[in-house]
Amino acid sequence: MTTEKISTPLTANDFKTDQDVRWCPGCGDYSILKQVQSVMPDIGVEREDMVFISGIGCSSRFPYYMNTYGMHSIHGRATAVASGLKAVRPELSVWIITGDGDSLSIGGNHLIHLLRRNFDVNILLFNNEIYGLTKGQYSPTSELGKRTKSTPLGSVDHPFNPLALSMGADSTFVARSLDRDPIHLREILKAANNHKGTSLIEIYQNCNVFNDGAFSLFTDKKTKLENTMMLEEGAPLIFGENRDKGVKLDGYKPVLVDLNDPHVSENDLWIHNSKDRTLADILVRFFDDPNVEGNFPRPFGIFYQEDRFTYEEALNTQLQEHIESAGTGDLSELLKGGNTWTIT
Amino acid sequence: MSTTSQELDKVTILFAGDSGDGIQLTGSQFSNTAALYGNDLSTFPDFPAEIRAPIGTVAGVSGFQINFGSTDIYTPGDDCDVLVVMNAAALKKNLVRLKPRGSVVLNVAGFDRRNLNLAGYGEDVNPLTDGTLDDLNVVQMDVTKLTRDCLKETDLSMKEKDRSKNMFVLGFVYWMYNRKLDATIHFIENKFIKYPNIAESNVKVLKAGYAFGETSETFSNRFEVRPAQMPAGNYRNIMGNQATAIGIISAGRQSGLDIFYGGYPITPASDILHELSKHKNFGVRTFQAEDEIAGICSAIGASFGGHLGVTASSGPGIALKTEAMGLAMMLELPLVIVNVQRGGPSTGLPTKTEQSDLLQAVYGRNGEAPIPVLAARTPSDCFFTVYEACRIAVEHMTPVFFMSDGYLANGAEPWRYPSADDLGPISPVFATPVEGEEFMPYRRDEKLVRDWPIPGTPGLEHRIGGLEKEDVSGNVSYDPDNHEHMVQTRQAKVDKIADSIPLQEIDNGLPAGKVLVIGWGSTFGAIKTAVKELIAEGYEVGHAHLRYIQPMPKNIGEIIGNYDKVLIPEMNNGQLIKLIREKFLVDAIPLNKIKGMPFAASEIKNKIAEIYGS
Repeated sequence: MTTEKISTPLTANDFKTDQDVRWCPGCGDYSILKQVQSVMPDIGVEREDMVFISGIGCSSRFPYYMNTYGMHSIHGRATAVASGLKAVRPELSVWIITGDGDSLSIGGNHLIHLLRRNFDVNILLFNNEIYGLTKGQYSPTSELGKRTKSTPLGSVDHPFNPLALSMGADSTFVARSLDRDPIHLREILKAANNHKGTSLIEIYQNCNVFNDGAFSLFTDKKTKLENTMMLEEGAPLIFGENRDKGVKLDGYKPVLVDLNDPHVSENDLWIHNSKDRTLADILVRFFDDPNVEGNFPRPFGIFYQEDRFTYEEALNTQLQEHIESAGTGDLSELLKGGNTWTIT
Repeated sequence: MSTTSQELDKVTILFAGDSGDGIQLTGSQFSNTAALYGNDLSTFPDFPAEIRAPIGTVAGVSGFQINFGSTDIYTPGDDCDVLVVMNAAALKKNLVRLKPRGSVVLNVAGFDRRNLNLAGYGEDVNPLTDGTLDDLNVVQMDVTKLTRDCLKETDLSMKEKDRSKNMFVLGFVYWMYNRKLDATIHFIENKFIKYPNIAESNVKVLKAGYAFGETSETFSNRFEVRPAQMPAGNYRNIMGNQATAIGIISAGRQSGLDIFYGGYPITPASDILHELSKHKNFGVRTFQAEDEIAGICSAIGASFGGHLGVTASSGPGIALKTEAMGLAMMLELPLVIVNVQRGGPSTGLPTKTEQSDLLQAVYGRNGEAPIPVLAARTPSDCFFTVYEACRIAVEHMTPVFFMSDGYLANGAEPWRYPSADDLGPISPVFATPVEGEEFMPYRRDEKLVRDWPIPGTPGLEHRIGGLEKEDVSGNVSYDPDNHEHMVQTRQAKVDKIADSIPLQEIDNGLPAGKVLVIGWGSTFGAIKTAVKELIAEGYEVGHAHLRYIQPMPKNIGEIIGNYDKVLIPEMNNGQLIKLIREKFLVDAIPLNKIKGMPFAASEIKNKIAEIYGS
């Protein structure tokens, strides 16, 4: 190794470590790890300038498998650790790996505050709607009535809608993707990296041991086209196996329409605009139980993005401005303080 | 009647009034003036937890005690010579603290029927007329009326006029002790620079209070307290939290590291955040986090990034940070954790002082998680001790506890401040890549300390975490022998810090004798005063005050062996004593006070005398 910056192009293999990956065979985490490792060589950041920080949970083992700097911290606190790191080292590319329990339950407080502060970091929220590492309790994203080890009669908890929560916390980049759609996931990862500010990506991730098939309606060939809607900037909201279903807005009320109906034209449909907060607020609420008749499709893609100053910019600018106005701190003057006297 | 002037070695004044009466300001102004004059001094602010407790009640009384003198002063004084009270409640609460034949300066307007009732004096009971104050030297002034009269020409509202009452009293006390008004006038003019009419009226009232002393015939004595014989040097007045903040900044400068402070507001630690946030031009970044946990976790993140992470709190907040301390210990990153202790348990007594978090600091984590613990002894000592805590954190790659308390945090004393050149070095050792070698994040030097790898350095990419790690490589390991080895190694690393700290000295008294008093933290002044007085009376006693509690200096056992008995006074139910007994198997005798108040020197003196011959 030399201390010179590496100039040869990197490949996905350069991001693998010598540690055995220890997720259960068939876990959705493998795909996410693979997509991240594939994207990293293309984002224009050297390995030594990347840091992956995680909390606790299955997904939080992730940093051990990335040949970058990394920290496997404590439950729910990756967001807080990353905030401190980014505050002092704004030039680093910081990635937070977390799960639905880690970020929305024990770490919920730090998540919302990170989002409002808008540190320039990327959050990969692996949502499998279950506690895997503790072997199968319901999570804050599990559906109402879910039967698990801790809820044998069914959960009575109303679940979080993670993207609506992010919008409520004034997140500047809100997206959703899936472990089973590698191309889509890679695109979203790159977009998140390019966004300056906190990027939150909710990734639907299948836990094949404790919650297998939680997202099968969105991933199975037979059902996914009817139940999902892929968001494209500037394109109308259309979905369905025959791409003959759409969404239009009746005032602020979204309405499902049948494009085979001669009274409906594509021109009437809602055109996706990720810069529009009002539209994004409606779109993140497309969160119906997919088994209920007349449900809206689940959207995937970038719901919302906004340019806003980052916390670390503001903090470090303030520090520089103070140095410019007051001069670099003089330690002797600080020790002396205001009123002094001398005893001889 | 002519006034006479009497010379005194030292005087203790207790200012007391409603928490809205400006008592803390009055006391701190008197302290600054005394310090600038050259007196040695020690102060003790004592105020309610409520910002505005019910007006006129005993619960709402705020106090500020100052002990100043021409001799060495180590404590704010036990009982006071002069009690200055703004209302009946202040008298009711504090009269017991006045020495026999002491002086009371009181605001008569605070003793009307309403105030007497609010203070809890029964119907028809009035301490001004029922003989309660017989044998005391009482000065009664209608401060409210005198202040209003003084400002009758101004267009201030009645409420605004009444806010200057404290300046009248301060002016009067300045007259009593023959002090100049300059420093306070300067302070007022600066504080109200945007409101010249307020500044002017306050100065006017201050001067009126002084003039009242000269012209009224109520008080026949003035007192002279000459400057103290203190070591030659440059002095300033300093409070503990301020000294802590300045010590942290100095450590940053001397180590070449920027400071990152992550914290959440909590009494009585918040002033550290306030002070640090003023000094961004020293490369200090302060982060008011969403909670205590984020405070420490962000500091850990900053330390991972190569800055010196610092967090501060008090008992309840420290409890919340516990898990993250274990992480910092496991990662082996520098981190300074400041605990400004207050009365516990739970929310306890937020504005009162106590030393009851020592065992929490030493033992309060899951698993075997040793963290060095240091404790400051006086307000100015917070500077040196937190500086040393920073040095150990950086040079030994470990979180370090720095223990202060409410009494040190808010107490003030003159400080012979050092110059930047007097400060010792702090030397971080950063990891560097070695050609052809894989980086091993947990390779250690002879002190068992690892190098500090900073993200952004090519060739040092590595992963660390809270899971048990394999020796040297840092890879996750569940191997039983490795785990035991790592637990022992982390303990040995902390134990080895004892090689780099000074041996314990006898702070006061004889190096061998009948009774050794061991103390830690803010009991220093009271123990020192007690031991000094007993030595003068011929007792064979010594006083050792611990700055390093974990690890302890290597010669503590030897020192203990030089005395027949060991007494350990603490403002808790016996915590250091457990460590001393466990470590040295000595039958130490406890002296505990858990009243949210510092020890009076007399309490310690009496206890030493009691066990001395028994």
